[in-house]
Amino acid sequence: MSAREGQGGNKGAAVIIIGGGVTGLSAGWWLAREAVDVLVIEAGAAGWGASGRNGGGCSHHHSPLFKEEQRLWPLMDELLGYPTEFRPNRIRIALNQRQFELYRRALDNGAHEGFRSDVLDPAQVRELVPLAGDNVFGGYLHHFGGHANPHRTLQAYAWAMRDRGGRLLQHTRALSFDTRANRVVGVRTSRGVFACDHLVIAAGPATGALASLLGVAVPLMSARAEMIVTEPLPLMSLGGIDGNGLYGRQTLRGNLAYGGGPHEWIDVSDVERGRPQSTPLMTSLSRRLCELLPKAAHARVIRSWAGFIENTPDGRPVIDRTPSVENLTIATLSSVGFGLSPASGRAIRDLVVSGACGFADLSSLQLSRFAGLEPDWAARQGWLPSVVGGE
Amino acid sequence: MKSRANTSVGRDRASVAGKQPPIDESTDLLIIGAGPAGLSAALTASSGGVSVTLVDENPVPLQTMGEDVPLHFGGRMAPTAANRNAVLESILKARPQLAEAIDAGIDVRLGTAAWGLFPQRRTAGWIDGHVAGLADEERAYLLRFRQVIVATGCRDMGIAFDGWQRPGVMGASAAYRLATVYEALDAKSVVLVGSGPEALQIGNALMAAGVRIAAVIEQAEAIAGPAELLAPLLGSGARLFTRYVIEQALGDPQGVTAVRLVPVGSDGSHLSGRVEQIECDTVVLGVAAVPAIELIESAGCAVSFQAARGGHVPTVDGSQRASLPFLYAAGDCAGTWQSKTLSADVAGREGRIAAIAALRALGVGPDGPQERPSSPDPTVRDLARQRLEWVRAMTLQSAATPFVCQCEEVTAADVLELSPPRYLHWQRAAQSGRLGAVDPEGPPNPDVVKRLTRAGMGPCQGRRCREQIAALMALGTGGALADIPVATYRPPVRPLRLSQLAAVTEAGAMSDGWESWFGIPSQWIPFWRLTAPGGGAECCADEPVAGE
Repeated sequence: MSAREGQGGNKGAAVIIIGGGVTGLSAGWWLAREAVDVLVIEAGAAGWGASGRNGGGCSHHHSPLFKEEQRLWPLMDELLGYPTEFRPNRIRIALNQRQFELYRRALDNGAHEGFRSDVLDPAQVRELVPLAGDNVFGGYLHHFGGHANPHRTLQAYAWAMRDRGGRLLQHTRALSFDTRANRVVGVRTSRGVFACDHLVIAAGPATGALASLLGVAVPLMSARAEMIVTEPLPLMSLGGIDGNGLYGRQTLRGNLAYGGGPHEWIDVSDVERGRPQSTPLMTSLSRRLCELLPKAAHARVIRSWAGFIENTPDGRPVIDRTPSVENLTIATLSSVGFGLSPASGRAIRDLVVSGACGFADLSSLQLSRFAGLEPDWAARQGWLPSVVGGE
Repeated sequence: MKSRANTSVGRDRASVAGKQPPIDESTDLLIIGAGPAGLSAALTASSGGVSVTLVDENPVPLQTMGEDVPLHFGGRMAPTAANRNAVLESILKARPQLAEAIDAGIDVRLGTAAWGLFPQRRTAGWIDGHVAGLADEERAYLLRFRQVIVATGCRDMGIAFDGWQRPGVMGASAAYRLATVYEALDAKSVVLVGSGPEALQIGNALMAAGVRIAAVIEQAEAIAGPAELLAPLLGSGARLFTRYVIEQALGDPQGVTAVRLVPVGSDGSHLSGRVEQIECDTVVLGVAAVPAIELIESAGCAVSFQAARGGHVPTVDGSQRASLPFLYAAGDCAGTWQSKTLSADVAGREGRIAAIAALRALGVGPDGPQERPSSPDPTVRDLARQRLEWVRAMTLQSAATPFVCQCEEVTAADVLELSPPRYLHWQRAAQSGRLGAVDPEGPPNPDVVKRLTRAGMGPCQGRRCREQIAALMALGTGGALADIPVATYRPPVRPLRLSQLAAVTEAGAMSDGWESWFGIPSQWIPFWRLTAPGGGAECCADEPVAGE
């Protein structure tokens, strides 16, 4: 592939990636590692969507990318050359029988893929998690997974990609595409036209609208989710602690950052119109964090955040080449993208370069599974925005 | 995927729909802050025949004050600050209109902090109407309101120098509040940093409260406020040092015992010779009075940098109405300027105007011509330039590289170089990013600085460092201070214990339908167990769901 001179003096790229989140930037970094000329175009600031607003978990044992996720995370600081704050292993605490049974799935899935977990009794949980309380029913210690700092990882991808010759253009909105036969040949943006040999759309909630400009249907609905952050507390030996309906972690600084609970479906056109706002859901999050870690009940919540995330109808990612457009790759991680990003970026690179993923079976992530989807699938699933009165 | 005969609207058990919390309390008009603007608004609104609730966070819990929230108290609370009843008495004495408001039937709640305003909006529609998050010392709760007047005053710009973490280094409005409202300022001898009208006025008030003003420090050639406010201080023995900054605050475990002053050149560089040492127990930072916009900005109102109004302020119309039309800003949080500082009438008028506009919006407002708010003074001083010069002379030039963000221990150089935090012990080659290189297409972004350096991310919620960081970003990129966007505020805008927030009642449906993540069964089916290609969430509806 070769770089192209676009109209208006813009320097095109062999591969243009729309979307400067973790998925797009990881893909850009993987491509740049192989000296592919890559340009990532981001409508706002890099990582301003869900990539910078998530729980930092790296433990996705249901995914075909799981093994690669696990292989890569311990190497990422070294590979990228910048800190990600990755720490291995994960604990999940159940406060009742129902949770205990539900959470066992991680043990079973991990075992299937060759990873070990320990079942913990309440005393063992309290020993590993000093902030846990007398209400522990049981728990699991997974010798896999872990957590990392989303902001730092995002920036690490961006810097590492740039160090290898990739380019990132922020505050640049993709508006439409130039096509020739069944190929995308250029991206029209708010900063002019950029020519490309291959296009990757990894634009989070905007992925569906952009793909539709090329006649490709990617069914997505977007929603808001929220998290809370406490003041720093003394560091526990293992920060990746979930349970009681919450996901989250103790950061390496000591803050507890936790989310969970209900999401709110929103109209995708509203995503771009303002920043995501937290709501009083933070009180329910606080209640469950008090239950999960009772010895942290005195800790003060010092901020919250909300983010917009997209989901496919079955909640599973799409990482796929499209038959109708020869040189197009679609990637949405369907609300679970941060932890998988080292592996998803590599998978996207493989699809772009050789048309198929060389290390995992991505057949369950194909776009064709939605071919028979009813047009009103979102309504059927109850995935509709609240009806809001006057504003 | 399965086919179905008829179109139907399904239900997503895991979404927020139908889970809004039961909110028992409501008011027509909520007023936040019982200073001159809020009290004036409350008394004006009391005749409107609508319910009015006036909340004020004072007396602030001592532990919160110890965290320098909501003001930079610098640990200079006298023991009486722990006596809630004594403080309540002082507050009622200092603000006699509070008694009038109570007599007028207003629901006055002291010791009640507002930590968030949550209007229903298209991207957050699950709770009807407008809701305020309030908290007393024990518990947080929600209050529904129809209109809100925010009158949260101002706070003080922090500015770093060697030793500024010592007890006794505090903000000017914090000193003023402790001295005049709490009658609990533990200071005998003060060095006043800054010479603007706010600083000098507070210097006079402190002197009236029995505090000695030992010195007034100004980095510029001339003082920034009116000479007639400086004269009484000098007449009582204060020494004036222009073209000086603090080099170091000396101290013992109880706090500051003296400051060393160093003369500076017009470029902020520290000059040798003429170093002065002043004995004092308190350093009062009066470099800038910053409008306290955290509730307004976090609610989603438009704000902009307006030098004539003291920095970032909400955009308001002639009736103090912000871009969210049910929200009004009155008093110092809508802007600070000299004549407003010197006369409470200006804030009081803004409160009246806001109250009348709110009453009209509620359908009960008086007809007839409306008062007009005072305009800011013609700009007599270049606020942005002053702040940049202070930060350059006192912080950037400091050989001691003090922490600009005390909570997270971040220096000015760390901000400029986007250094990873110290606890990472990152020894690799220098970060390849510098301020301005991370996002060259966009405006300098203070939230990027927060994310990468952690500056502003600590328990004081950035109150002591935000304006310094903005100034450093302007200095580091060669841009204008006005072009540095405000770093976003997020609720809760007061630090609240998990157990306090947990006290808010939730709907039964919230408890019943709680999932870790979206509650989409097919999302978590391991890929090796997928038998059909799938396509919809219903494909495995019998599976239990545990988000990872």
